Amino acid sequence: MSAPLFAASGLCKSYAEPVLADVSIEVHAGEVLALVGENGAGKSTLSRIIAGLTRPEAGAMSLRGAPYAPGSRAEGQRAGVAMVTQELGLIPTLTVGESLFLDHLPRRTGLRWGIIDRARLGADARTALGAVGLTSLEPSRLVGSLSLAERQLVEIAAALARAADLLILDEPTSALSPSEASLLFAQVNRLRAEGHGVVFISHRLAEVEGIADRIAVLRDGRVVTTREARLLRRDEVVRLMVGRAIADRLRRQGSPSPDRALRTVGLAGRGFQDVTLDVRCGEIVGLAGLMGAGRTELLRTLFGASPPTAGTIYVGGSGVPSLIRSPRDAVRLGIGLLTEDRKADGLLLPLSVAANITLAHLDGVASSGIVDREGEEAVAARFVNALSIRSHSLDQPVCELSGGNQQKALLARWLYRDSNVLLVDEPTRGIDVGSRAEVHRLLGDLADHGKGIVMASSDLEELMALCDRILVMSVGHVAGEFNRETWTADRIMAAALSGHSAAAATA
Amino acid sequence: MSSRPRELLGLLIVLAILTLAFGVGTGRFLTVTTFRTIANQIPEAVIAAVGLTYVLVIAGIDLSVGSILALSSAVLGVTLARYGLPLPIAVLAALITGALCGGLNGLLVVRWQVPSFIATLGMLEMARGATYLVTRSETQYVGERVEGLASASVLGLSIPFLAALVLVALAEFVLTRTVFGRYMVAVGTNEEALRLAGVDPRPLKLVVFVLSGLLAALAGVVYTSRLASADPNAGVGFELSSIAAVVVGGTSLMGGRGSVVGSLLGVLIIAVLGSGLAQAGAQEPTKRLVTGAVIIAAVLADHYRRARHQASA
Repeated sequence: MSAPLFAASGLCKSYAEPVLADVSIEVHAGEVLALVGENGAGKSTLSRIIAGLTRPEAGAMSLRGAPYAPGSRAEGQRAGVAMVTQELGLIPTLTVGESLFLDHLPRRTGLRWGIIDRARLGADARTALGAVGLTSLEPSRLVGSLSLAERQLVEIAAALARAADLLILDEPTSALSPSEASLLFAQVNRLRAEGHGVVFISHRLAEVEGIADRIAVLRDGRVVTTREARLLRRDEVVRLMVGRAIADRLRRQGSPSPDRALRTVGLAGRGFQDVTLDVRCGEIVGLAGLMGAGRTELLRTLFGASPPTAGTIYVGGSGVPSLIRSPRDAVRLGIGLLTEDRKADGLLLPLSVAANITLAHLDGVASSGIVDREGEEAVAARFVNALSIRSHSLDQPVCELSGGNQQKALLARWLYRDSNVLLVDEPTRGIDVGSRAEVHRLLGDLADHGKGIVMASSDLEELMALCDRILVMSVGHVAGEFNRETWTADRIMAAALSGHSAAAATA
Repeated sequence: MSSRPRELLGLLIVLAILTLAFGVGTGRFLTVTTFRTIANQIPEAVIAAVGLTYVLVIAGIDLSVGSILALSSAVLGVTLARYGLPLPIAVLAALITGALCGGLNGLLVVRWQVPSFIATLGMLEMARGATYLVTRSETQYVGERVEGLASASVLGLSIPFLAALVLVALAEFVLTRTVFGRYMVAVGTNEEALRLAGVDPRPLKLVVFVLSGLLAALAGVVYTSRLASADPNAGVGFELSSIAAVVVGGTSLMGGRGSVVGSLLGVLIIAVLGSGLAQAGAQEPTKRLVTGAVIIAAVLADHYRRARHQASA
């Protein structure tokens, strides 16, 4: 094969822990390379490095045989690399034409902030839009009035208008309907025929099989394999994505009691439908699924933070439906929620560890509305010791704690509230390996002490280590339920993907 | 929270330096009369600053306190002068007026999620308009019936001043030591976190706006008693000078951090500055230039503190 258009070798990057370790890939002109892997496998970091948004700690890249080390996205674009990101980066109040050429708008004078040459902008925009099949879209339309698919295509057009040789598409179809997606694929095929290189990132394996020439599978920051797409079967891809290590891990031995902790019948809300759930005291029920499968929305609805559209929730052994219209109702019924985003939805960052622990049950350390400071410190000290939260003092602002200790402080909040049901969303995201094991141990202990726990996680290893049962969600539906005897990583992953392939199959 | 004593100490030092500087500079600033004058002029500013401190702590703003002061003053003046009602009933009517205005502010913010800047900006105009209607745009001379409120004194200090000090102490206690105070700080720091901890922030926010309106009305009563009249143009710009004093006192415009005692010191600093500059012979334009610069310096100091805080996070 000829010299590659783009090559990377030995790329490394770590944040709290390594995300990319010794990654090498090549993309040839006229080729679509698909990157697949679980959430957190390193796909996004890799694409951000290629586009210049992130710098690698080690390794080298080359473009058309010349060294390539972009310091910014703009530098990457000048070199001929463009990325279309998952988060749509367009400004809704600008027109399509302005959005296409935002950083190099044609001007009537040489002034940097001078008058825009509307005629040339319109003509250039039409050319650029034509290149992605949007021939009927007026460049003067406001971006805010476009459908998600049109926006995605406008972003791709903007990338192509910069004469990109290498185009990175990160989950380009996540917002698209099947018919819109097929329009996008037609354009990707055309780009390939014209000799562009394309890096295509997607969870939807059916799409990947349809469009990719080669597939690179990433797992835990490493490229596990790179092979011709036609030589890889889908179950093989899934197996490579998940890896074998999981099956060997030690598992918690739970013994759920017959008492119910939480039950739902036909629960539906924004982003999920018809969820029937039965959690026993002492049981950890896992929620597996891909991003956007509806897990977070389900937990928020159980907690009263989002309204349900149908179905009933029963808390405890009661046969009477529980009315949960707000988090306040849920907390009073003994439910606690550890949110996915600790900092945005959980912690009072500048406030003390003690104030964060007592927040959900401040009445417990107050009399006649006056906070008993010594009582509060005693309570905080008790939980800091019990959960071994590492802090200099109880007065230390919680923002100064590590992610793992912040998570433990939030867990302490619900323990002090004496919640019987814990809803846990991505409990170890962004937490180092040591604290992660501690959080796992704590969750296990809580279940052993009779709490009912519902845990959403993108980390299969975590789910399989801790849970008694795992419900797999896919595109808002429960796509499978497994117990320790029946689950395997392959089966869970296949169920998580099932909704996506169904959607693709109807295209 | 541990940084609070140090911030208050800083304000005290600024206040001491200003006082000494004017004392040395003008030669006649350091007299009992000066301080008595200042003490008797600032109660309404202190009272309003207490309510505003709470509003700022919950990450809101209240632009309507000046107009509410004028409206409640007008209600007091008209009920006394035109209708001849007994003083306690007139005062009660004035306070209820302020609480209702604050309640409407709070309702708009809580129930319809109108940004407090907009809700209270509307109230600023509406209460002022109502003031003109109530007074028929004429100053209501109330006479000695209310002067008793202001003229009574202990050790030469007016009852309103002493009452304002008691209010500051009480409000600081509520802010730092009670469940209500903790929830206010939590709302201003991260309202969603408080909501997801099972505490409904809405009643709390409503009460804070009602309190701000009520205290603005109390400031209006004090103001009326001091001048023995209700002027429909009273308190124009009062909201801005009050917010300035609160911010100078170390309360953050971003919410979640504030001190009522700090606000008292902020009012004192601005009052000493104004009175000292006047005695030094500065005209109104100079006074305003200097006061404005002090406000900006205070906000920059707040910004710097925040940036340092986030850097350590």
